[in-house]
Amino acid sequence: MDQKGFGMTMTQEPILTARGLVKRYGRVTALDNADFDLYPGEILAVIGDNGAGKSSLIKAISGAAVPDEGEIRLEGKPVAFKSPMEAREAGIETVYQNLALSPALSIADNMFLGREIRKPGFLGDWLRMLDRPAMEKRARDKLTELGLMTIQNISQAVETLSGGQRQGVAVARAAAFGSRVVIMDEPTAALGVKESRRVLELILDVKKRGLPIVLISHNMPHVFEVADRIHIHRLGRRLCVIDPKQYTMSDAVAFMTGAKVPPEAALAA
Amino acid sequence: MAQAQEFEKVLSSSDTSVAAFDEHKSAVKRIQHFLHSTPAAVPLIVLVLAIIVFGITIGGRFFSSYTLTLILQQIAIIGILGAAQTLVILTAGIDLSIGVIMVISAVIMGNCAVSYGMPSVLAVAIGLAAGAACGLLNGVLVAYMKLPPFIVTLGTWNIVMATNFIYSANETIRDTDVDTQAPLLHLFALSFKVGTAVLTLGVIATVVLVLILWYVLNHTAWGRHVYAVGDDQEAAKLSGIQTKKVLMTVYTLAGLIAAFAAWVSIGRNGSISPSAAVTDYNLQAITATVIGGISLFGGRGSILGTLFGAMIVGVVSMGLNMLGADPQWKVLLTGVLIIGAVAVDQWIRKVSA
Repeated sequence: MDQKGFGMTMTQEPILTARGLVKRYGRVTALDNADFDLYPGEILAVIGDNGAGKSSLIKAISGAAVPDEGEIRLEGKPVAFKSPMEAREAGIETVYQNLALSPALSIADNMFLGREIRKPGFLGDWLRMLDRPAMEKRARDKLTELGLMTIQNISQAVETLSGGQRQGVAVARAAAFGSRVVIMDEPTAALGVKESRRVLELILDVKKRGLPIVLISHNMPHVFEVADRIHIHRLGRRLCVIDPKQYTMSDAVAFMTGAKVPPEAALAA
Repeated sequence: MAQAQEFEKVLSSSDTSVAAFDEHKSAVKRIQHFLHSTPAAVPLIVLVLAIIVFGITIGGRFFSSYTLTLILQQIAIIGILGAAQTLVILTAGIDLSIGVIMVISAVIMGNCAVSYGMPSVLAVAIGLAAGAACGLLNGVLVAYMKLPPFIVTLGTWNIVMATNFIYSANETIRDTDVDTQAPLLHLFALSFKVGTAVLTLGVIATVVLVLILWYVLNHTAWGRHVYAVGDDQEAAKLSGIQTKKVLMTVYTLAGLIAAFAAWVSIGRNGSISPSAAVTDYNLQAITATVIGGISLFGGRGSILGTLFGAMIVGVVSMGLNMLGADPQWKVLLTGVLIIGAVAVDQWIRKVSA
């Protein structure tokens, strides 16, 4: 993508925006007037030093924390999520760093955790019986779509899977239910080189389906490889947004740590 | 697809079956996997072994349907309390108060029906409500005040026990009074004879209750949420499960089931004695649960295992009794079984693909 292409995404309406987010924890200000913009169909990486407020920003837009001030808009409409459940209902799915999977439950049970399908009629309405075949079928379909069906048995416990497979299940869950935005928090942090590669491919697969992705990562090579734009967070606010095609990794790290001041154009973004 | 980076170039020639499974497992691994997916298997095997061993050493006398059904009658109450305990332990909690909740519920049922002359149905309903209310108190303290379950139920254990003695003035309600004024309270003593086998309604109720709970835990969303909360509460919360609500309903239901055990216990004991509060029912229920393979760390185990666990204790105690052994041998063997069960649980937990 050249500079013109980079500019073109900016002419679209952002799908998710945040303005002036403030979040304080006691005397610590985690978010200090932070802004955020996510455009349709893009992968936006969010990077920043530890303690820069990345997690607080992601928590605010995924409903895991309620900001003290500021406004979040989804497709132009103001939203105020009080729980991850509300964000999920609005179509924002998050893949947490700890994956939020229940190790002893099966793959299918995990994918439908908190939004189980019940059998139709008397069995479901009165006996509250789960529709296992339907859930297993949808889970299998989703994993197959994402090329993860080397996982043989959909009813096996998640704890018997490898790290990459677990990540796959968590991503598949987000892709299956996320209708507007998928947020991924450090998806490759706990993985080996080979499994990271697979997860990056998964991320691009999800992007191909037209879902915009917010990718939080410490891994610069991964960020520069898949991101369309990079949001650099520093001291509780958005410092700048850069195009990975125009800046190097060391530039990004320098902006992140304050060693270098980003040019005006990036600051305006 | 993503463009590979320099250091990853060698990956193209390496094994690409990241997510494939190695199907060549050793026999031990396969057993481990089987036990992992079938948590009630271990207690069932131990139960069958115990019956065989005592059957051989004692002979036909032990194998009689009379003896075997007598064991069922003896374990009915612990089986029901164990079911309640299972729900709580599945959430990685513990309930030390269910034994005394059962006793106070029985005393309340008896007093309402016999001393206050209320209709028996109402007396039973009040008793059940009292048990549920005690459970609700536990639930609120654990879920909303975020106090550790061990401390909360240790506290309510003492509170409920003392309340029980103060309220009842430690007066026993006699069997004959219950029989003449509130026969409904003796409902679960009703027995059926099939040949020499004697089944009481209490035994049937125990089995039916466990089967219902098994269904609820495995085939409803709420049941899956109970496992998820015990497995990893933070993950469950992020998955959108209302963990507080789940915890509160679990403790409340445990209280309600303990009150149901009270009703069954009146049928079994005949009279209603407040001093039963000093019996270690809660520890016996925990024993049945642990021997039944329910993990004390939460999220693992099948409630069917708890029933088997209670039966194991029943079989061992009856067997040793018939052999004329010192009753302390039963206590000793129970201790061995508890440690053995937890060791097996730890081993099964280490299962890997």
